[in-house]
Amino acid sequence: MSITERATDGTSIAHSDAVRTPPAPLENGPHDTLAVRACGIRKFFGDVVALDGVDLDIAAGEIHGLVGPNGAGKTTLLGLLLGLAQPDGGDLEIFGSPVRRALAVPPGVAGFVDGPGLYPSLTARQNLAALARLRGDGADGIGDALEEVGLSDVADDRVRGFSLGMRQRLGLAAALLAKPRLLVLDEPANGLDPAGTRHVHRVLTDLAGCGVSIVMSSHRMDDLAALCSEVTLLATGRVIFSGSVTKLAADTAELDYRLRTSDPAAARRIAAETPELCILPGERLLDRRDAEALLVRAAAPTLDDLVARLVGAGVGVRELAPVVAPLEAAFLALTAAATGASEDEGL
Amino acid sequence: MSAAAVTVRTAGTQPAPVRRGYHFELIKLLAQWPIRLALLGCWLAPALFVAAISKQSSLPADTLFGRWMSQTGWAGPLVVLAFACSWVLPLLTSLVAGDIFAREDRLGTWRHLLIAVRSPRRIFMAKVLASLTIIVLLVAGLAISAIVGGLAAVGNQPLVGLDGHLLTPGQAAGTVLLAWASALAPTLAFAAVGLLGSVALGRSPMGLVIPALLALLLQIAQLLPLPVVVRVALPSYAFIAWRGLFTDPAQTGPLVVGIAVSLALALAASILAYRMFMSRDFTDVAYDGTGRRALVRAVLPLAALLAVTVGIIASVTSASGSGIDRAKLDRSLATAFAHLYRMQTGELHRPAVTEAELRSSATCEKGGSLVAAVGPGNDWRCVVTWQLPGSAAVGSAIYQLDVNPDGHYVADGDGPQEVNGFFLVHTATGGTPNPLWQIDTTVDLLTPTSSG
Repeated sequence: MSITERATDGTSIAHSDAVRTPPAPLENGPHDTLAVRACGIRKFFGDVVALDGVDLDIAAGEIHGLVGPNGAGKTTLLGLLLGLAQPDGGDLEIFGSPVRRALAVPPGVAGFVDGPGLYPSLTARQNLAALARLRGDGADGIGDALEEVGLSDVADDRVRGFSLGMRQRLGLAAALLAKPRLLVLDEPANGLDPAGTRHVHRVLTDLAGCGVSIVMSSHRMDDLAALCSEVTLLATGRVIFSGSVTKLAADTAELDYRLRTSDPAAARRIAAETPELCILPGERLLDRRDAEALLVRAAAPTLDDLVARLVGAGVGVRELAPVVAPLEAAFLALTAAATGASEDEGL
Repeated sequence: MSAAAVTVRTAGTQPAPVRRGYHFELIKLLAQWPIRLALLGCWLAPALFVAAISKQSSLPADTLFGRWMSQTGWAGPLVVLAFACSWVLPLLTSLVAGDIFAREDRLGTWRHLLIAVRSPRRIFMAKVLASLTIIVLLVAGLAISAIVGGLAAVGNQPLVGLDGHLLTPGQAAGTVLLAWASALAPTLAFAAVGLLGSVALGRSPMGLVIPALLALLLQIAQLLPLPVVVRVALPSYAFIAWRGLFTDPAQTGPLVVGIAVSLALALAASILAYRMFMSRDFTDVAYDGTGRRALVRAVLPLAALLAVTVGIIASVTSASGSGIDRAKLDRSLATAFAHLYRMQTGELHRPAVTEAELRSSATCEKGGSLVAAVGPGNDWRCVVTWQLPGSAAVGSAIYQLDVNPDGHYVADGDGPQEVNGFFLVHTATGGTPNPLWQIDTTVDLLTPTSSG
């Protein structure tokens, strides 16, 4: 059974369980619950330190997000997981097998870094068929993989005419074709429209539900917040945070919130009376249409107190939302701190 | 760990076989419209060209074998071969081999390919074999199409060789095919240089123009008065040397040397490309070719190979100077004259005569007494003498020669008019092309210059 919806780029998105058959698990010895175990990974490009003592554990069925500013080492780390290079130091195990040289990762690892590798002069179907034949697989799963990512309608169109989002989805289809147990994705939501994003999220969530481990990088915090149970924050090649998304958000004590009420004047007065709450000059952050909104900075308990006071005073709360998503705020705070520390070390 | 797990893991980490990669590369090449267009053109255009030109009253007499296009279907493929050797074959190698690596850089597909194949060495092998296949298909298309066009339009008649001797249709077929096959060697050399450029220059499309640029430089070099040992050491010489197959006896020495030089360059450039490719770091997203290092890693070794080749040729052959002297021209012109005189005799329906009865000889001079009678130039003047059939008298005819540095020359008849002074001879059925009016032939540059 499949359900079809229409994406804004004209492609149809179908949800089927055709290629979601999880691969049979292999016995992995003492780390049989871990798809990836990286310990003290170091990687250099000449004098440039790309990764500096990175630890990373990814469990089976986990969607793990890699976050960091440009040049943090995310793509390098994903490349190591795909076997494009070997670490210059540290230990890397995938499915319990040590990876000691390039292009020698165990079977069941698929994905892409730096965008999906596609040939514009071939059609979507030809791209997948050529890849399947190269891997020694049959062409059986191609139709299902295309349907899975919503590209069935354009399967026989040349990739030259595809949008970035369609290419990303085709890259995902190419990875799914390998029936992965570890899916490595570099910015998979790049160029996707909202329907495509929602669909890709569903595919990845379903795969994780089948036990496939997924590690993905993204600059889109909403993607990571929606998908990932665990995130690793990298800055200048080092891990500055690793843990659950909830913990990351909680690590940021205070956030800026936009408050819209039925009585802005009363709300401003009540906010000013609330302890440990700071009213910010909103002109810089709020547009004219939000002239009556209030910008406040507070921790979560203080916000609770504010809401109670507003309700007690009979002021209707129409909106109370963070100006910057908690994850993004945490990211900005942590990476700014890490970059500052790194610069200090450099001095 | 179970035995099953070990089996699965081992199988999965094996690189993809070269044949799968080869098939993948072929699919990618054949999906490109320039390649498809080139294949279509190579398999159709020569047939149409040869058929159309052969039927015209005005033939390209200034082109090698062009004057014989209306008389035999085997002349057309040689006209096409001469043209292809100048530009078409280097351009085709540019198109196929000059971009096969750089294209992956531009598309950003190296990592994807490496993950799928798991062996840079096999990727290299697959790409080389695929480009080789397409190039052979293109060359085969040119040859077969031109032959079919010539035979269909004119027919399977004997071919007049460069020295005027007649090749039977069977001999002509074999020699024409051999000439085309010999052109494959320099084509492969240009293809290997294209591969090297494609590897060395990263995403830059400059690799595309390198074989064409090299062809241009070598053509200019072939026009210069180079010593013969340097001339035949140039990889483009085999594009010229096939002409020697159409003399009697065939001038196989320069052809063998030309092919050996071309294959040596093809091998050296391929090895350099392989080493450069294997030393590349595919995780470095900023990689954009070897840049200036290409000079050290590619150009200098090939220049060294050229120097070594010159040294070897100088030591194994007795050729020196330009390879062109009076004795060679005397012998070559007298032989061609005798062959073509017999042809003219036949056209005029005179009693048949043999070369032995004619006892033709030639005496050539260059530019007067102050100039040494060696080397190329358009100031050669020759007097040919022969025994007039059925008479004790000796005939003589004058030719003005324009001798090219590569040994090819055109001898223009300068009288008497009834022998070589007019482009037609008058027969009972009207005017017919005079074979002695212009002689288009070649000398063997590698034979010793002092003999004769």
